[in-house]
Amino acid sequence: MFILELYIFVLAAFTGYMVISRVPPLLHTPLMAATNAISGISLVGSLIAAGSRASTVATILGFIAVVAATSNIVGGFLITDRMLRMFRRDVPAKSASGGTPPAAR
Amino acid sequence: MREFFIEGSYLTASVLFILGLRSLTRPDKARRGMQLAAAGMLFAVVGTLVSQQIIDYRWIAAGLVLGAVIGYPLGMWVPMTAMPQRIALSLTFSALAAALVGIAEYNTRLTNGEGIPRPIMAALGIEVLLGMLTVGGTLIAAGKLQELITSRPLTFRGQNLVNAIVFLAMLSLLGYLVAYPDRQMLFFSLIALSFVFGILLVLPIGGADMPVVVALLNSYSGLASCATGFAIGNVILIISGSLDGSSGFILSVLMSKAMNRSFTNVLFGAFGATTSPGAKSAEGLSVRSTSVEDAAVQLAYAQLVIVIPGYGMAVAQAQHQVRELAELIEGRGGEVKFAVHPVAGRMPGHMNVLLAEANVPYDKLYDMDEINGDFDRADVALVIGANDVVNPAARTDKSSPIYGMPILNADHAKSVIVLKRSMAAGFAGIENELFYSPKTAMLFGDAKKSLTGLVAEVKNA
Repeated sequence: MFILELYIFVLAAFTGYMVISRVPPLLHTPLMAATNAISGISLVGSLIAAGSRASTVATILGFIAVVAATSNIVGGFLITDRMLRMFRRDVPAKSASGGTPPAAR
Repeated sequence: MREFFIEGSYLTASVLFILGLRSLTRPDKARRGMQLAAAGMLFAVVGTLVSQQIIDYRWIAAGLVLGAVIGYPLGMWVPMTAMPQRIALSLTFSALAAALVGIAEYNTRLTNGEGIPRPIMAALGIEVLLGMLTVGGTLIAAGKLQELITSRPLTFRGQNLVNAIVFLAMLSLLGYLVAYPDRQMLFFSLIALSFVFGILLVLPIGGADMPVVVALLNSYSGLASCATGFAIGNVILIISGSLDGSSGFILSVLMSKAMNRSFTNVLFGAFGATTSPGAKSAEGLSVRSTSVEDAAVQLAYAQLVIVIPGYGMAVAQAQHQVRELAELIEGRGGEVKFAVHPVAGRMPGHMNVLLAEANVPYDKLYDMDEINGDFDRADVALVIGANDVVNPAARTDKSSPIYGMPILNADHAKSVIVLKRSMAAGFAGIENELFYSPKTAMLFGDAKKSLTGLVAEVKNA
């Protein structure tokens, strides 16, 4: 089983390397925000710890982990979207995606 | 059947995460792609919730609600200027979650008396080690970026020796634990020591080296999630963790390259703690300072202006005035380009986000390699709060601490205007020859005020 997981790890890391090395410097901050949001996937482990009634300690630690991971997912995806909405080309304002230009002035 | 559904949701989520990250190669497709990734996250969570292992939903519901209540303001209300510390703090959260899951798993296995196989113990050990190290490190990084702690390198005598000892102690604890998994004291010492090591690791690192550190800690937090996946046998954690880890790794390599320094140099060098005696001193050189009026005339009649933003622009929050000035110059028939150095600011891509926030179209933002050839035909290079990234000493002065670092060729422009608060040296504590060049004019003062003045003058010119 462990060997299989090792295969998955190596192949996923390789895929990640190939995909992410093509991200332009322009979007490096959104990239960090995005990987942060995705790292909220620890929620999956936290949910099991918080809900499996294994022990009081596990439930409490799991609960804190659920809070931390959820705030990362919610905050991470929201902020990534907020940032990406700001990047626009030099064309007359016609928001194709329905997003309004940022009000921040 | 249930098993099939869970694995299916994880597989879907993995594919959507990869597609989402891939969409980030194109600014116009990125938003859509990240929405797909968010949908993937929803799949993974729903898939987990139907798992048979979960029998009590009360704590889960409370945690999800509380997490959303904390996450919403972190996503919607944090200003773009606070982005570096916001990113550092979210790394703290993700590493904390990974570490806590590891501790809970260790506790559960011990109380159930089922024993911990060695490979599982190794995964758990690596998980809490990387997790707590990242928690300690990112807390200090966030504190430095928010300027709760001085952003200068904090060093003491024998620091590297202390760090080396703590590091070795950590590794030997990990080794012992794998040999004797049921020694709880070892496990808790490992947690404490990793946390301390994270703090010690980041304390001596100065503000300008933060891009590398934040990227590196990003990588560690990803690897911690990965180890969680190994420890609890969950594939999606392994996949997402390694995506996260490779992203952090790529970014830290790029940042180190942009500073012409190795990882080890950044982590153990405590750059800027001492001024290099070999660096040129400014004795006997004179600086030409200019007025807002004169600078405005220069800008108003320029054909091509290349703006070089730096951390000073972020501190003064002058990005909106920069955009306004650029639009005025363009309105008069000039061309304006923005030259962004990879390590300008406090995190990868910092300047791009600030300028995008100020409504500068991204096709006017150029990477170093794209723009360096254009400086020869630029009439004005406008340096706003940047210093080391335009220091020609990086090209010529072998004794300079930044020698070999790739820089923006501001000195190739026909004239240079530097907006700067005072003549204080840059982060590296070295003099910048560019400021003493005969083609350079210094406009001293707060960048935002100077730019507001320039905007008013260019309007009248």
